[in-house]
Amino acid sequence: MSFHPPLATSRSMTGIPTGRLAVWWIIASEIVIFGGLIASYLLFRLHYSEWAEYASHTNTVAGAVNTFVLLTSSLFIVLAHQAAIEKNKEKAFRFIWFTIGGGGVFLLVKAYEYTTEIAHGYTLFANNFWGFYYLATGLHGLHVIAGMIIMGIISFDVKKGVKLERVEYIGVYWHFVDIVWLFLFPLFYIAK
Amino acid sequence: MLSSFIENASTYGVDIDRLFLLITILVGFWFIIAEAALFYFVIFYRRKKGVKAQYITGETKRQKRWITIPHNLIILCDIVIIVAAIMVWYKVKQSLPEPDEKIRIIAQQWAWTFVHAGPDQILDTSDDITTTESLHIKVNTTYHFELESTDVVHSFSVPAFRLKQDSIPGRVITGWFNANKTGIYDIQCAEICGLGHGVMFGKVFVESSDNHKKWITQNLNENRGAVVADVNKDKPIKISNNNG
Amino acid sequence: MVNNISDTDSLSHKDHHTEASFWSKYIFSTDHKIIGMQYIITGIVMAVIGGYMAYVFRMQLAFPGKAVPGYGLVSPLDYNMLITNHGTIMIFWVAMPILIAGLGNYLIPLMIGCDDMVFPRINRLSYQIFFISTLVILISFFVPGGGFGGAWTAYPPLSSEAIYNHTPWGAPLWVIAVALEFVAFLMGGINFITTTMNARCKGMKMYDIPIVVWMIVIASIIFMASVGPLIAGAVMLLFDQTLGTSFYNPMNGGDPVLWQHLFWFFGHPEVYVVLLPAMGIVAEVITVFSRKKLFGYKTILYTTFATGILSFFVWAHHQFIAGIDPRMANIFTITTVMISIPVGEMLFCYIATLYGGSIEFKTAMLFAIAFLAEFLIGGVTGIYLGASGTDIYFHDTYFVLAHFHYTFFPIAVIGFFTAIYYWFPKMFGRKLNETLGKIHFWGTIIPFNGIFIPLFILGMGGQHRRIYNYNHFPDLSTPSQQDLRVFATTSMVIMLVFQIPFFINFISSLFKGEKAGNNPWKANTLEWTVPSPPPHGNFAEMPEVYRPPYEYSVPDMDNDYCPQNCSGKKI
Repeated sequence: MSFHPPLATSRSMTGIPTGRLAVWWIIASEIVIFGGLIASYLLFRLHYSEWAEYASHTNTVAGAVNTFVLLTSSLFIVLAHQAAIEKNKEKAFRFIWFTIGGGGVFLLVKAYEYTTEIAHGYTLFANNFWGFYYLATGLHGLHVIAGMIIMGIISFDVKKGVKLERVEYIGVYWHFVDIVWLFLFPLFYIAK
Repeated sequence: MLSSFIENASTYGVDIDRLFLLITILVGFWFIIAEAALFYFVIFYRRKKGVKAQYITGETKRQKRWITIPHNLIILCDIVIIVAAIMVWYKVKQSLPEPDEKIRIIAQQWAWTFVHAGPDQILDTSDDITTTESLHIKVNTTYHFELESTDVVHSFSVPAFRLKQDSIPGRVITGWFNANKTGIYDIQCAEICGLGHGVMFGKVFVESSDNHKKWITQNLNENRGAVVADVNKDKPIKISNNNG
Repeated sequence: MVNNISDTDSLSHKDHHTEASFWSKYIFSTDHKIIGMQYIITGIVMAVIGGYMAYVFRMQLAFPGKAVPGYGLVSPLDYNMLITNHGTIMIFWVAMPILIAGLGNYLIPLMIGCDDMVFPRINRLSYQIFFISTLVILISFFVPGGGFGGAWTAYPPLSSEAIYNHTPWGAPLWVIAVALEFVAFLMGGINFITTTMNARCKGMKMYDIPIVVWMIVIASIIFMASVGPLIAGAVMLLFDQTLGTSFYNPMNGGDPVLWQHLFWFFGHPEVYVVLLPAMGIVAEVITVFSRKKLFGYKTILYTTFATGILSFFVWAHHQFIAGIDPRMANIFTITTVMISIPVGEMLFCYIATLYGGSIEFKTAMLFAIAFLAEFLIGGVTGIYLGASGTDIYFHDTYFVLAHFHYTFFPIAVIGFFTAIYYWFPKMFGRKLNETLGKIHFWGTIIPFNGIFIPLFILGMGGQHRRIYNYNHFPDLSTPSQQDLRVFATTSMVIMLVFQIPFFINFISSLFKGEKAGNNPWKANTLEWTVPSPPPHGNFAEMPEVYRPPYEYSVPDMDNDYCPQNCSGKKI
């Protein structure tokens, strides 16, 4: 009952591998989802000056740490990609797991952040700033988790030396997750 | 042309009717040309024995003229329509002529409440007259309305006035109308607002100056007091004027 | 599950394939043709449900307060539920799955000369998610409180607060169903786009791609670019409904108009998302049955791009009187009226294609011509609504309703019938009966006009939408107006009755229809070069394309057609 990919999968009329093409289209569709969310947030933010005061209660230090963690993990996935090009399976496997570790640290910091915010009474229901905060960072967090799971799955294929090109695709996705955070961080943590 | 379907009873209704006529003439022209060409081709070029279809790519400059000439003419028509539409829009919605009278319209699930300013012509004073379902206005008088909603989105629509405006909870939307024909006209809610949307009806009584005065004095005594508090109770939190 | 396909020999795998169980062959197949068929059949079932809903509320409008045969008394809550879900189902569960997902899946690999989609398993997953969304929307009618009744536009706070809409379960389920459906079509869309970009057969250049494939791909791109904000908005709406946040609740600092922007930023491009595939279908059919080359292939393509881009800048014409800044209306009037330019040009190209043709009136061709004739009415009446001045009067009246039914009905129903009469021989190897087809055609088109022309008149008379009983409005319940409503309802019932010949035709032709052969219509595109129905893997030998798709009646050639993979010298 094994699945054999059709001939279509191996074709490349544009010269771009199909997997890479698909990842870029997925990212394009994700950009409009986050774009819609961020645009909605900005409309509120510009309309209500008091939101700046709410924003001062977010934990900038934790956000900064997370920015650093995420950027570092992006570096790891680049190194994993480099290793995959060199066909160094072990090294690629190691760096993928470093990246997953980065995602794990990010989520831990996020969990700490959420618990302290909630302890201070800034829940999802406090007001719409916090609504957007949890929605945007939560949605981003889900993308981090999804990325970690996918990386976990492909890492074992990589170790066996099959489908090494997938390291590149997940790397592109991981960079996208990183860039979304680079938008969220100033909008929710720095702008006060 | 529109007035043969429903009579017009406001000053700007005429402009909307004229715009309707203009658009009908312009798009009607194109509609007839396109349909005539379509049916002519369909009938004239039906399959006949021994007649082979022509080979036309539509890519040469000469052939493209069949598309580019109508294309340019459509742009011309579009410009006329846009200018006319914006002129009407400006008059009805964007400009706000000086009011003679003011009223407040409050929409809720599923009724209309009207606050008439009373003899002093100022809202939120003790002589306001509050009614539900029926709005009483003076003919040939420019009214400003403040449209509010206490729960969901409604839409205040008087087809005979060619007037329609959504009411948004949390906002006060100001608009105007000037009725120029006495009579009784329907008010409908034009935005679905739940279970009772179909029974959210109202009446607007356009009265002559004398009759309107009579109505005010009649209702003033009955209404005094109790109603004013009721009006302020559900005042929305955020106030924004959307006109301008 | 056997999906083993080799480049050269797929016939041997066909034998292999028949051994597969029913489940793996028809239910969990990754074959694009089966998935396409699954989408189409689900769409037809949903169309029957949506049509039944229309029947119930049209009967209520014609004979208010009387029990509807086959339903019973229609309460106001029932009425709202019916109109809401009629709209939702017809757009998201009929037009989208049939025109884009169904035909896209079936046609794209065949027309570009390929054995399957580039991601067959994602394709299967997309259908499965879509199927779950179908179940969710159907379940939502039977939960306590009944199905959602806040119109398919779902404006908050009505849609976000159960105290206002009285459907504590129906409303969230509606949002979940729609969101799942979006996810399914996003996956499908990415598949269509990448397949067409990368998996075309040898020799098929940009301008050799059949228009219908182009249109489905462009529609997928438009869908993908417009739906994102609404997905974010739907999550916010779901949070408002279930968790009690207040993104749209003005009493707690939210803004109900935000939803309107997010919804219509998607909602207007959505019109073109379903329009374009239908236009593509019509392009295929009119060229084949008039034996003509498509007039201005490139012009049509460019106007499609222009329409797609413009469609992102017109959304606020749905909100002219919804309390937006009145100055904004001027900008959106300009963009909206401007969209008539590319769409008009496209229609002119289609009409010009018929010039000098040799037109054969097969049922598919009749439907295609009817599409052009009826869609024109929908198109020109749109100008009244795009022009802000007249929209003040027409907004939310039956004029709007009649207008968009004159666009959506040609798209979803006439477009679908065009496609099914044209591609049925390819799908099942047998032709549909022409006599029954023509009865079905006239029985659909004439009553269709009988339904919606009276509604134009009622709309001009100021009748507003979504009101379950007009007896409360003296201006709207005159005998002549009630007669128009009865006329519309009668036409509707007649039209529904005339769908019976179609179903009889469909089922009897499956078994007894005239054998079609590979190329019954003598068409040029690649799907007609393979056996009907195409075997697993489609092409015994992968084709190579030498010429554009619409080379009919080329001078100095024996045949009046010449398939794309025909390697003979040009002309």
